[in-house]
Amino acid sequence: MSRKVIGGPTGTGRDPNAKLLRVVDIKTHFRTEKGTVRAVDGVSFTLDRGRTLGVVGESGSGKTILSRSIMGLLPKRNVVRQGHVYYEGTDIIGLPDEEMRHVWGSEMAMVFQDPMTSLNPVKKIGKQITESLFLHLHMDKQDAHDTALALLSSVGIPEPEQRLNEYPHQLSGGMRQRVVIAIALACGPKLLFADEPTTALDVTVQAQILNLLQQLQRERHMAMILVTHDLGVVAGRTDEIAVMYAGKVVEHAPTPVLFSNMKMPYTEALLSSIPKLDYPSHTRLEVIPGRPPDLINPPRGCRFAPRCKYAQERCLNEEPPLIAAETPGHMFRCWFPVGSPEGEEALSRNLAAGASASGVPVTDVPMPASLAGRS
Amino acid sequence: MRFVWRKFAQLIVVVLAVTFLSYLMLSLLPGDLAQVKCGISCDQQSLERTREELGLNQPIPLRYVKWLGKAVTGDLGKSGTNQQPITEALQQRLPTTIKLLVFSQLIALAIAVPAAVIAAQRAGGIFDRISTTLAFAGLSAPAYVVAPVLVYLFAVRLKWFPATGTEGLKSFVLPSVTLALAEMAAYLRLLRSDLISTLQEDYITMAKAKGLSPREVMIKHAFRPSTFSLVTVMGLNAGRLLGGTLIIEVIFALNGIGSYIVQGIFSRDYFAVQAGVVVVAVGYVLINFAVDMLYAALDPRIRHARAIA
Repeated sequence: MSRKVIGGPTGTGRDPNAKLLRVVDIKTHFRTEKGTVRAVDGVSFTLDRGRTLGVVGESGSGKTILSRSIMGLLPKRNVVRQGHVYYEGTDIIGLPDEEMRHVWGSEMAMVFQDPMTSLNPVKKIGKQITESLFLHLHMDKQDAHDTALALLSSVGIPEPEQRLNEYPHQLSGGMRQRVVIAIALACGPKLLFADEPTTALDVTVQAQILNLLQQLQRERHMAMILVTHDLGVVAGRTDEIAVMYAGKVVEHAPTPVLFSNMKMPYTEALLSSIPKLDYPSHTRLEVIPGRPPDLINPPRGCRFAPRCKYAQERCLNEEPPLIAAETPGHMFRCWFPVGSPEGEEALSRNLAAGASASGVPVTDVPMPASLAGRS
Repeated sequence: MRFVWRKFAQLIVVVLAVTFLSYLMLSLLPGDLAQVKCGISCDQQSLERTREELGLNQPIPLRYVKWLGKAVTGDLGKSGTNQQPITEALQQRLPTTIKLLVFSQLIALAIAVPAAVIAAQRAGGIFDRISTTLAFAGLSAPAYVVAPVLVYLFAVRLKWFPATGTEGLKSFVLPSVTLALAEMAAYLRLLRSDLISTLQEDYITMAKAKGLSPREVMIKHAFRPSTFSLVTVMGLNAGRLLGGTLIIEVIFALNGIGSYIVQGIFSRDYFAVQAGVVVVAVGYVLINFAVDMLYAALDPRIRHARAIA
């Protein structure tokens, strides 16, 4: 049991002045019998200490794979991972698992989507929390017990002493997710991945869990990557948002800028598919027609073009690069951005034609449900 | 604790039902026990007398209750063929059966469990492929083929173990190995596939994300939740071995419960058969009881569900 105290992946080379996390052109491809699935296809961003990045996208956009890929938690077989992940200045992408184990749990931790399946059903909650305390912090039994108790209280679990001796099935979903958060925070990580942390929970509990995450993050000055399909979740809780589509970041901006000045039609479509309180009753929700593209053979041009109401001939043939908008830190991938003269013109042309260049019907009224793709 | 008592009550009900049904069935079988006992050349008068002695002209439920009363005190009657008290015969044979059962299960587990863990750790790897293939061979080789081969190799040529008999533990090695071979293969495949599916669970990724080594993840997180179906099948196997090791008993000249029941059937020794059935039934119920307790020990969800129900 000669484990290194949290000294970092290699012990040397870590620079506390460097950005906490810098991801450079990360690609994660899965080799399958049908071909190579490009689940994450060249994503870059940086994250400072204590900041929050929201990663938003539909199911299958690669957002979950992205977070697991950065952390290095994917299986090795038939997975190709390329690019660089600099954690405090050290590239951790090529590190073997034996090295990564000093980072996992102690430096980076993850809160999983479904608390019903992410806790071991046959182990007591206390044991599941103290495990990493013994491992990384080399605590003795008493210290570990006291720390676990403090962690459970800090995530708002009533009667923590009693809970330590209970099994996951004795707790409700919301309580379980609190336990998962307590486990993730046990060793005081500097970076927390929250992978759809509220998707599996009752609506009434969702806000509680998100607020808890936010509060703990502030208290601990911890950076967080909040992965979700719900723009509403990231709206008030993140510093920046990266919108992902088909394995790529299609728009990246500081949160207020994204909501006030979005450039990417996909972002706009995502936002308008959220029901709003001031809609009259029975308003038909706007949906994004079609479904996310096949990641084995993605479309040649813009990957969103087949579903985009702005799409022009160019979009079908040429893939737009990630270009900078006027606001610093705002980037997007579109030939005909929302709100720009080109975009307005493209939309009015498609409206006049009744369809986009890819054949998506474009009308003034929201799309009838019958034309909407079932996803 | 209440769980244990409830199980115990169930056990008594099951034993009563099984013994009554087997008593009933044996009584309804064609063939007259008195005739067997008295002999072919028996006259009507002595036949009646024998019937009286054996209590055969009483109604079946009454006979059962009388039999049960004696059985509870450990008196299972005498063998119809050689007048040996049945309890005595069973006392001689039961240890043989139990030893065979325990040794074969232990050998099977001792090899299957580590092999399954290694195979599942690297599913699809060299070790996995070799062990699964060997397991398949083990599963498809019948005991009466394996046994002579083992005897030839280890008893005749190498003279490591005796070929037959019940002296010492050494003589149980070859029969236990023969029995273990097929079970080992089944256990290996079962545990391997359960481990592989457990390793896909979110809580395993979570354990990995805590920084645990693959070994710790396997032993501390994946192993226990993967053993449920292994325990089930082990229970079924153990029950089957109680009365079902006839071939092995014959090949290795061992006297266990299996051959006792078969001999009883051939000689129409109904009391002996009845006693054998009782032993097997009680054993089966006890093993199931143990399996249930083991489930509860392995899975807290079962423990609580039962406590509430």
